[in-house]
Amino acid sequence: MTFEQLLQYIFSGLTSGSIYALTALGFTLIYNATGLINFAQGELVMLGGLSAVGLYQAGLPLPVAFLGSLTIVLIVTVLFQQLAIRPLLSRGVLAQVIATVGASLALRTAAMMIFGREALPLPAFSGDTPIRIFGASLNPQTLWVVGSTLLIVLALQLFYRRTLTGKAVRACAVNPLAARLMGVSYSNVVLLSFAVSGAISAAAGVMITPISFMTYSSGALLGLKGFAAAALGGLGNPVGAVVGGVALGILEGLGVGLVSSGYKDAIAFVILLLVLFLRPQGIFGGKAVEQE
Amino acid sequence: MSGGTSSRVSRFVPRNWSFAVLAVAVLLVPAFTRDTYILSIFAFMATRFMVVVGLWLLLGLAGQISLGHAAFVGLGAYGSAILVTRADVNPWLALVMSAVLAAAIAGLIGIPTLKLKGHYLAMATMGFGEIIHILLIQLKGLTNGTDGITGIPPLSLGPLNFSDPRLYHLLVWVVALIFFLLALNLTNSRLGRALQALRRSEVAAQSLGVDTSWRKLQVFMLSAVAASIAGSFDAHYVQFVSPDSFTLNVSVILVCSVVIGGFRSVWGAVWGTLLITILPEIIKRFNEDAVNLVFGLLIIVIVVLLPVKSGPLARLQLLLRGRERL
Amino acid sequence: MHKILVAAVAACLVVVVLFSGCGGTTTGSSEASAGTDATTAPAGTAAADSQGGQLTGDPIVIGAVVSTTGPNAPLGEPERMALELFEKQINAAGGVLGRPLDVVVLDDQSNAKEAVTATQRLLQQEKAVAVIGASGSASTLAMKAITAQAGIPQIAMAASNNITSEPPSDWIWRVAPKDDLAVERAVSHVAEGLRVTKIAVLYDENAFGSSGLAQIEKVKDRYGIEVVAKESYKTDETDLTAQLTKLKGSNPEALIVWGTNPGPAVAAKNLKQLAWDIPYVGSHGIANAKFIELAGEAAEGVTFPTTKILFPESITDPEQKALIEKLITDYTAEFGQAPNHFSSHGWDGIAVLVAAIEQAKSTEPAALQAALNGLTDFTGADGIFTYTATDHDGLKVDDLIMVRVEGGKWALAQ
Repeated sequence: MTFEQLLQYIFSGLTSGSIYALTALGFTLIYNATGLINFAQGELVMLGGLSAVGLYQAGLPLPVAFLGSLTIVLIVTVLFQQLAIRPLLSRGVLAQVIATVGASLALRTAAMMIFGREALPLPAFSGDTPIRIFGASLNPQTLWVVGSTLLIVLALQLFYRRTLTGKAVRACAVNPLAARLMGVSYSNVVLLSFAVSGAISAAAGVMITPISFMTYSSGALLGLKGFAAAALGGLGNPVGAVVGGVALGILEGLGVGLVSSGYKDAIAFVILLLVLFLRPQGIFGGKAVEQE
Repeated sequence: MSGGTSSRVSRFVPRNWSFAVLAVAVLLVPAFTRDTYILSIFAFMATRFMVVVGLWLLLGLAGQISLGHAAFVGLGAYGSAILVTRADVNPWLALVMSAVLAAAIAGLIGIPTLKLKGHYLAMATMGFGEIIHILLIQLKGLTNGTDGITGIPPLSLGPLNFSDPRLYHLLVWVVALIFFLLALNLTNSRLGRALQALRRSEVAAQSLGVDTSWRKLQVFMLSAVAASIAGSFDAHYVQFVSPDSFTLNVSVILVCSVVIGGFRSVWGAVWGTLLITILPEIIKRFNEDAVNLVFGLLIIVIVVLLPVKSGPLARLQLLLRGRERL
Repeated sequence: MHKILVAAVAACLVVVVLFSGCGGTTTGSSEASAGTDATTAPAGTAAADSQGGQLTGDPIVIGAVVSTTGPNAPLGEPERMALELFEKQINAAGGVLGRPLDVVVLDDQSNAKEAVTATQRLLQQEKAVAVIGASGSASTLAMKAITAQAGIPQIAMAASNNITSEPPSDWIWRVAPKDDLAVERAVSHVAEGLRVTKIAVLYDENAFGSSGLAQIEKVKDRYGIEVVAKESYKTDETDLTAQLTKLKGSNPEALIVWGTNPGPAVAAKNLKQLAWDIPYVGSHGIANAKFIELAGEAAEGVTFPTTKILFPESITDPEQKALIEKLITDYTAEFGQAPNHFSSHGWDGIAVLVAAIEQAKSTEPAALQAALNGLTDFTGADGIFTYTATDHDGLKVDDLIMVRVEGGKWALAQ
C-alpha cells in the first residue's frame, strides 16, 4: 500500500466517520438525560435530510431549507417526547426504548409516503471540487461535516460545564431523583435534551445528503453506526461520541484497504466487541453505571 | 413468587387448565380451515412464539436484553438448509445439530457478553447479530451469499409428510406448546427463581449463593436453542433461506413482542406474539403502504397506554386471573 | 380457570383473522366498460374504445406480489403502476374472454416470509388463477416453492438466475431479462466497444449485485477479460472512496459497477472526487432518470445495458416500437412520470398471462401452462418473448442495448 492510498483510506474513513460522529452526538444527548437509547435517531437524521430536500426542491434557498428542516425535525421530536416519552418517564428505560422503536417504524414509513421511495440529492454547500492533499483527495462537504461536528461538541462541552442548565442535565444523568430533590425539573431537562438532539440530527441529515444522498430507509444504517460509535466512545460523552465515530469510520476505511470491503463492517464490530469486553463502559465512558 | 408447596400446587392446576385450553384451541384450527393463507400465518406465528418465549425467559425473567436473536434463528435456518441440501443429513438430525451449534455459539459469546449491562449488552448482542449476518452474506461457498439456499425439502416423518399445511400446523404447534409448557414450569423451578432474583439485584442474588454468570449463560443458551429450532422449522416450511430474513430489524421486533406482552408471566409471550403477528395482517387490509406507520404508532400507544406493571391491561388481567405474582 | 378467558380472547382474535379474508386491495375499478368482442383485444393495443355496457361474468383474478415498501420499493412501485394501467386498459377494451380482469396487488415488504403469506392469500382467498412476482429475487424464490406445489403459473420479475433453474419448476416463467443477459451485454461492450481486457468490479452486496458479479465471473473468459479486483458495498453506504481507491491500486482499464440507486451514483461522484478517469460501465439497475439526477455531471460518459424502453428510437421491430411508445404516452399521462424497465416488467408480466389465457380460452392451470410454453414471438415491452417447455426465460441478448449518458441525456452506445 502506498502512502497516498493509506491517506485516501483515512480520508474516506474520516468522511464516513464524521457522519457517524454527528449521528452519535444525537444519541449522546438523549442518553445523558434519560439513560435511553433512541432507536429513532437514524430516522431523525433521515427526516432532516429529506425535509431539506423537499423544501429546497419546492424552490426555497438552501439556507432557508436548512432552517426549515431543523424546525420540522424539532417539532417532530418535541411532539414525540411529549406524547410518548413523557408518560413513560416513570416506567423504566425499556418501555421508552420500545416507544422509540415504534417511532422509527412510523417515521420511516411516513417519510416513504411523503418523499417517495427513491434516493434524493442536495447540492454541496461549497461546490464539488475536491481538495487534494499529498495526492489524496477530500470532498469539501466532508469539511462542513467535520467542522460542524467540532463546533457542536465544543458548544455542548461549554453548555454542560459552564451553564446552570447544563449542570442540571448532568445531574439528571447521574441521579434523576437527587436532581429532582435539588429543584431540577426532570421532565424539562428531558424535553430540552430531545429538542437539542433533534436539531443536531436534522443538521446532520442536511449536511450528509450532498455526500451520500438520502432515502427513507437510510436511517437504519445511520442509526446502527451512530449507536455503535456512541457505545465505542462511551455512552453519554460527546467527545467520546466523536472519537468513537471517527475511529469507527477509519477502521472501516482501513478494513477495506487491508482486508476486504465485504468484511469491513464485521471488522468494525469485532473491534467494538473487544473494546466492550475489555472496557465495558467504552473508551471515554465513566464508571459503569447499572442501568435498570 | 411466594414459595410454599401448597400454593404451588394450587397454582399449578389452573395454570395447566388455561394451557390446555390454549393448546386445544390452537391445535383445533386445522379442523376448521383448509385455507393455507391462515395456516401460513399460524405457522409463522408458532415459530415466532418459540423465539419470543425463549426471549421472554432471557428478558422477562432474567432481565438480560438481546438484540441479536435473529442471528440464532439464522443459525438454525442455515444449519438445517446447509446440512440437508449439501450433506444429505436427515432433516431432524440437522435440526438437532443446528440447535447444538447455536447453543455452543451462545455459550461462547455469552461468557464475555453477559458480563456487560444495559445498553452495552444491547450493543454487544447487536454487534454479534450483525457479524453473523455479514458472515451469512460473505461465506458464499457455504451459504450461497445473498442469493440464499433453495430446494430445502419439507419435513417428513415416516409416512407423515409435513408439506401438508394442516399436518405441519399440528407439528409446529405441538413443538411450540411443549416449549411453552417447559417455560411455564421453568419459572417456578430452581433456575427460574435464581433468574428472578438476579433480575432484581445481581449482587443480592450472588450473596445468596446464586452463580449468576452461569444462570445467565444457561438461559441465554436455552433461548438460543429455541430460536435455532424455530429457524429450522421456518427454513423447511418456506423451503428457502436468504440472509435478509435475519437482520437487526427482526431482532428488534422480537424484543418488542416480549415487552408489549409484558414481564408479568410467560403468558405475556402469548400476547406479544399474537399482537405483533396479527396487527400488521389486519392493517394490511386497509392500506398496504401504511402498515408500518400504523403499526409503529400502535406500538407507541400500546406501550404508553398499557403499561407492563400497572395500567388498564394489567388491571384487567389481574381482574381476570384473580391474583397475580409479581 | 381465569386464564381460560385469556385464551378465549386469543381465540376471538383468531376468529377475526379467519373471517377477515376476501376482499384485498383490489386495484381495479369495477366501472370498467365493455367492448363487444372479448377475444379481439390483444394486450397492449387495446385502446380505450369503450362502448358502455358492463362486463359480465365473474372477474378473472390474477394476483401479484410486489415490494411497494422495504428496500425493493423502488422496483415494486413502477411494477405496481404498470399492472394497474394494464388492468384499466384491458377492462376498458372488453376484458379477457369477455370477463373483467381483476389484478390483486399485495406488498411483501421486500421480505420472503411476507411473500409466502401474501401468495397463500392470493391463491386461497382471492382465488387467483395465476400470480406475478415478486420484485426481489428472495421473495420470488420463496413464492416459487408454493406455486410449484400448488401447480399455479407464476411470472417472475426478478433477475437472479436461480429463479428459472435451481430447483427446476414447471410453473415459473420470467419476463425480466435474467442477470446473464444484462451482464453479457455489458461485458461484450467492454470487450468489443471499449476494447480493454482488465476490469475491476464494484458490486452491491444484495442479491442483485452479487448475482451480477457471479455472472461476470462466468462469462469473462469467453470475452477474454480478466477481473483484476472486486469490492462490494451496502446499498445505503455513505462513501465509496475507500473501495475505489483499493480498486484503483490494481490498475484496471474499465470499471463495472453492479447495483441499483443510490450506490452507483455515489460511486460516480466519488470517482470524480478521486479524479480517476476510467470508463464506467453500469448495470441495468441504473437505467432510469434517477441516476442522472443523483450523479449530475458525474454521470457523463457512464454506459449501461437496458431494455429498449429507455430508448424507443433504437427499436427495429415496428410492433414493439408502437407498443413501447404507447406505453410511454399512457403511463406518463396516468402517473406523471416516464416508465422505466421495472414498469415494463410489470406490464409484460400481466400481458404474457393474459395472452396465455386468451390462447388457452381457459384459466385452468394445465391449459395456461401449455399456452405459456407455446408462447412464440410475443411482443412485450421488455422484448420479444419465446417460451418453450425447457426455456422459461423468453428473452435474448438482442433485447438489450447499451446506452451512454451524454449531456444529461441518453444516447445509444454502439
